[in-house]
Amino acid sequence: MLQFLFRRLAVLIPTFIGVSIIAFAFIRLLPGDPVQMMAGERVISPERHAELSQQLGFDRPIVVQYLDYLGGIVTGDFGNSIVTKRPVLNEFLSLFPATLELSLCAILLAVLVGVPLGIIAAVKRGSWFDQSVMGVALVGYSMPIFWWGLLLIIFFSGVLQLTPVSGRISLMYFFPPVTGFMLIDSLLSGQAGAFKSALSHLILPTIVLATIPLAVIARQTRSAMLEVLSEDYVRTARAKGLPPRRVIGLHALRNALIPVVTTIGLQIGVLMAGAILTETIFSWPGIGKWMVDSVFRRDYTVVQGGLLLIAIIIMVVNLLVDVLYGLINPRIRY
Amino acid sequence: MAVNTPKTADETVVLQGEHSASAIRWAMLAEFWYYFRQNRGAVLGAIVFGIILLVAIFAPLIAPHDPVIQVRGAFLKPPAWQAGGSWEYILGTDAVGRDILSRLIYGARFSLFVGLVVVTISVTVGVVVGLIAGYFRGPLDTFIMRLMDIILAFPSLLLALVLVAILGPGLLNAMIAIALVLQPHFVRLTRAAVMAEKNRDYVMAARVAGASRMRLMFRTILPNCTAPLIVQATLSFSNAILDAAALGFLGMGAQPPTPEWGTMLAEAREFVMRAWWVVTFPGLAILITVLAINLMGDGLRDALDPKLKRS
Amino acid sequence: MKLTTTFAAALLAATVMSGAAAAKTFVYCSEGSPEGFDPGLYTAGTTFDAAAHTVHNRLLEFKPGTTETIPGLAEDYEISEDGLEYTFKLRPGVKFHTTDYFTPTRELNADDVVYSFERQWKSDNPWNKYVAGANWEYFNGMGLPDLLESVEKVDDLTVRIKLKRPEAPFLASLAMPFASIMSKEYLDKLEADGQMHLLNQQPVGTGPFQFVAYQQDAVIRYKANPDYWNGKQKIDDLVFAITPDASVRYQKLKAGECHLMPFPNSADVEEMKADPNLKVLEQEGLNVAYLAYNTKIAPFDDVRVRKALNHAINKEAIVEAVFQGQATPAKNPIPPTMWSYNDAIEDDAYDLDAAKKLLEEAGVSSLDMKLWAMPVSRPYMLNARRAAEIMQSDFQKIGVNAEIVSYEWAEYLERSKAEDRDGAVMLGWTGDNGDPDNFLHTLLGCEAVGGNNRAQWCNEEFNSLVMKAKEASDIDERTRLYEEAQVVFKREAPWATIVHSLSVVPMRKNVEGFVQSPLGDFAFEGVDLVE
Repeated sequence: MLQFLFRRLAVLIPTFIGVSIIAFAFIRLLPGDPVQMMAGERVISPERHAELSQQLGFDRPIVVQYLDYLGGIVTGDFGNSIVTKRPVLNEFLSLFPATLELSLCAILLAVLVGVPLGIIAAVKRGSWFDQSVMGVALVGYSMPIFWWGLLLIIFFSGVLQLTPVSGRISLMYFFPPVTGFMLIDSLLSGQAGAFKSALSHLILPTIVLATIPLAVIARQTRSAMLEVLSEDYVRTARAKGLPPRRVIGLHALRNALIPVVTTIGLQIGVLMAGAILTETIFSWPGIGKWMVDSVFRRDYTVVQGGLLLIAIIIMVVNLLVDVLYGLINPRIRY
Repeated sequence: MAVNTPKTADETVVLQGEHSASAIRWAMLAEFWYYFRQNRGAVLGAIVFGIILLVAIFAPLIAPHDPVIQVRGAFLKPPAWQAGGSWEYILGTDAVGRDILSRLIYGARFSLFVGLVVVTISVTVGVVVGLIAGYFRGPLDTFIMRLMDIILAFPSLLLALVLVAILGPGLLNAMIAIALVLQPHFVRLTRAAVMAEKNRDYVMAARVAGASRMRLMFRTILPNCTAPLIVQATLSFSNAILDAAALGFLGMGAQPPTPEWGTMLAEAREFVMRAWWVVTFPGLAILITVLAINLMGDGLRDALDPKLKRS
Repeated sequence: MKLTTTFAAALLAATVMSGAAAAKTFVYCSEGSPEGFDPGLYTAGTTFDAAAHTVHNRLLEFKPGTTETIPGLAEDYEISEDGLEYTFKLRPGVKFHTTDYFTPTRELNADDVVYSFERQWKSDNPWNKYVAGANWEYFNGMGLPDLLESVEKVDDLTVRIKLKRPEAPFLASLAMPFASIMSKEYLDKLEADGQMHLLNQQPVGTGPFQFVAYQQDAVIRYKANPDYWNGKQKIDDLVFAITPDASVRYQKLKAGECHLMPFPNSADVEEMKADPNLKVLEQEGLNVAYLAYNTKIAPFDDVRVRKALNHAINKEAIVEAVFQGQATPAKNPIPPTMWSYNDAIEDDAYDLDAAKKLLEEAGVSSLDMKLWAMPVSRPYMLNARRAAEIMQSDFQKIGVNAEIVSYEWAEYLERSKAEDRDGAVMLGWTGDNGDPDNFLHTLLGCEAVGGNNRAQWCNEEFNSLVMKAKEASDIDERTRLYEEAQVVFKREAPWATIVHSLSVVPMRKNVEGFVQSPLGDFAFEGVDLVE
C-alpha cells in the first residue's frame, strides 16, 4: 500500500512541475501588458512603465522569473494579485470555502439521488421507471447549465419568489466566519433564521451544479449494476434462494460501486468547471468567479496561481480516489 | 465467441480467405443498422439531428428574416402567441429588433460547424498521438501520457478560457482551445486500444507478412479501434457545442452580433426578468441539439459493439 | 411582495433581538468588489466608493452634485501671490475612528496630513512600498511628484504645500480620493507591529462611516462614526452588497433588499421610472466618448475632411442603439456639468450633403479608412462596435469606406497612441477631478502627443490657451480661457465628439439626501431613509 502511494506521488511530482510550467507559460502568452491595463485610458510615461514592470518582476529573464516563482510556491507564496496587491493564496483561501461548500453539497446531492436511482433503474430494467430515469438523466447531461440556472432563477426567484436571487446568506445576518462554510457558521452563530437563510441561498446553485454529475452518476451506477447483476455469482446467490434485497445490497452493490467511485472522483473536475458557470450566474463569491474575473482583468498572478492551486486540488482528489478505489476493489493488491 | 473474432473485412479475408471484402462490409453495416434501429431513442436522435443539419444547410432559405439586421421599431417583441407578439416574428425579437427564430436557424450553422471542426481536430491529433504512444511505448509514451495528465488536471472550461484569453476572443480560437482540451480523451482511448490490439494474432500475421510500421498502425490496428472512437467522437461533438456555448456565454467565444446560441444567451442575460423568450429559446436550441447527438451516441455505442454495456 | 414583507419582518425581529432601538441600515448594492481599502493604491471608482468616500476625508471636498471644491479637513486656505504656496488651516477637534483594532490617542493634526502625502511620494518613506507592486496611481498620474516642492507642517493645525510652478488645478486634485488623509498614529502602530499590510484591509480614517468587516466578493459592513466632525450620520449601519449582475441588482432593489444601486441595465430604466416604489436620478457623467482622427496623416490633416466626417455621424442613432436613450450627443470635449462649458458653440449637424460638399472641396472623392472600436464596454461607450457599425453605414453614404478594426484592450490602448497610427480611433475619458484642465490639456495638449492625445494634435492657439489657464488662479479668467479653447477646438475638429453618457441612479422612494456626483462617486454622507 505504502509502495503504491509513493509510486503515485512520484508520478505527481513531474505532473505538478509540468502543470506549473504550463500555468506560468500561459500567462506570459496572454496578450496585453498588465501595466497598461492597470493604467487604463490614462497613458503612463515610459519611466513609470519601467518602474512598475521592475516592481512586478517582469523585466527579469523568464527562467529566473519561473524559478523564483517555483521557489515561492514551496513556501506558500503564490505571488500577489496585480489588481488588489494582496497575496494570491490568501484570496484563494478566503474564497475557496464558498466553492467547496457548494461543490460538496452538489456532489452529495448527486450521489444521494443518483446512486439509488441508478440501482433501482437497473433492478427494474426496461420498466417505465428505468426509461424515464434514463431519459431525464440524458437530458440532464445534455443541458447547458448556465441556461438551466437562468431558467431556475426566472422561475423560482422571479415568478414564485421562493428563493433568493444571489449571495450566500441574507444581508441582515452578520457573524464572523469560523469555518468559511455558511451552513456551519450560521448554526454556530446561534442567530435564529440564519441557517434557514443560508440553506435557501444554497438550494438553487446546488441543484444547478449537481445536475450533470447526478445524471452521469445515475447512468454509470445503472450500467455497473446491470453488468454485475448479470454475473454468474449473482445468479448463484439468487439460485441459493437469498432474498433479492440481500443479493442486491450485499453482493451486487459492493462490486457495482467500484466503477461508480471512480466516476464520482472524475466528477470533481466537472464540478470545478461547472462551478465557474454556476458562480457567475448566482454571484456566488467563490473561486470560479474569481478566476473568470481575473482572466478578463489580465491579473496574471491570480490566473497563474489559481490555475495551479485548482490543478493541485484536482490531482490530490484523483490520488485519493485512486487510493479509495484500491481499498475497495479486492482485485487490486498493492 | 472466439478471441480472434475478425473485425474488419480485410482481416476476414486474411483469416477466412473467402467472400469479397465489400460483401462482408455490407453485412457488418447491415448488422450495425439492425442494432441501431432497435434503439428508438437513437433513431429519434438521428432524425432530429438530421433536421438540424438540414436547417443549418438551408438556413438562408428557411429563415424568415436576416439574423443580423437591427429593426428599430421592433425591440423586444414577445413571441407570436403572447400579447404584443406578431406572426412576423414567431419567437419574438431581441433587444435590437432581430428576429430570434432566424438567429436560431443561422445559429445552428455555427454550432454544427463548431462540433465538426473540434471533433475533426481532436480526433486527428488525438488518434495520431495515441497511436504513437501506444505503439512505441517507452519514454515517448510516458512523456505523452504525462502531458495528457497535465491537460486533464485542469478543469476543461477553465483551460479553454485561459487559452482563448491568450489567443483572443472569437469563434475560431474558441474551437482551437476546446479541441486542445478534449483531445486527451482520444489519445487515451487510442493508446489503450492500440496496446490491446498490438499483440493479437492478426497483427502478428500482418507483421510477418512484411507490413511496414505505418501500415500496421494505420491500416491494420486503427480500424479495429474505431468503435470506441466513434462513441467518444459523438460525446466530444456534444461537449464541444456545450463548451463553445459556455465560452460564448462568458464573452470569450463568438462575438456579437454573431448569432451563436451561447453568445445570444450572454446578450440576453440583461433581460432575464423582462423578456423570457430571449433567454429560453437559445438555450432550448442547445439542449435539443446536444440531446439528439447524445441519443445517437448512445445508440451508436450499443450498436457498434455488443460487448459494451447494452441497455 | 413576499420577499419584502419577509425581509422587513425579519429585519424588525433582528433589531428587536439586538436590543437596539430601530437601527437604520442602508444597503447599497455595489457593482463590484473593491480592490483594497487604501485609496492611494487604486484608480477604480468601485474601490473609491468603498474605501475613500465612506471611511476617509480629504483636505478639500467636492460640493455635492458639483465639481467645485469646498473645505473638508482644511477649513480654510490661502494661496500666495505667485501661486506657488498653499497654506491650509486644519479643522480642530477632528477625531479618528475608534475600532476593534485601533484606538486613537489624539486628534487630527498636521503630521497626519504630511505623512499621507509623503507615503505616496518619498521612496524612503517606510510605507512607500508597503505592498508588492504598490503603485500610487493617481498621485503619479496627476503629476504630483513633478509638481510638489514640499509638504510641510507649520504648526499642529497648519500645513504648507509648496509647488514648483503655479498650477490652478492642483486644488481639485486635493479633493480626489487618493489624497485621503490617514492617521499617522495608526500607520506607526501597524509598522511597529509588523502588520503594515493591514492598512489595506482594515482602514482607519476620519470619515462619516467606519469600517467593520469585509467578506470578500460578498459584503462590506460599516457603521456610523459617532464622533464625526460633520455630525453623526442618520444611518447607523451601512452595508455594501456586492452584486455584479445588473439584473440581479434591479431585482434586489425591487424587493427592497437594497436601497440604491449603480449602473442599471439601460433596458430596465424605463420600467424603473414607472415603478411607484422607486425614483431615478439622471445626470450627464463627467465623461466624453470621441473619435480621434490622426491629424498628422493625410487626408485627416485637412480640417475640411475632419469636419465632413463629423457631419456624417448620426449621434442620435448612436444614443438610441447603444445607450437606449441614456446619453446626450456631445458637441464639446468637456461635458455640460463641468464649469466653463461653452454652451454657445454649435454642433456639427448630421448633414450628409454638407459632408459630401466638404469632401469635394477638399478634393477627396473616395476614401478608405480604418475605424477603431474598443473591444470592451466602457462607461462612456457601452458598445463601441455597434456605434462603429452605425458610423460605418453613414460614412458609406458619403463615399467613405470604413473598415472596423479592434484589438485586445491593453493592445488597443497601446497601439492607438502611436503617432503614425492608421485610422480614426474611438475612445473616451472620464474626468478625475472635475477640472477642465483634466480634459482639455491632458487629452488635447501638445505635451500629450504620442500619449493621451490620440489625435496627435498640436495647435499653438489651443495649447497656449490651456497653458495660460493652468497657471491663472482666478476662476473667471480660467473660465474665459477655456471657453475660447473650446471655440478653437470646434473650428479645428481634431475629434468627432460623440456622446456624454448619462449616469442613472435608481433608488427606493424613501431614500433622501443622496446627490449624484458628476464624478460618478457614490458617497453616502448625508443620506437618510425616511418612512
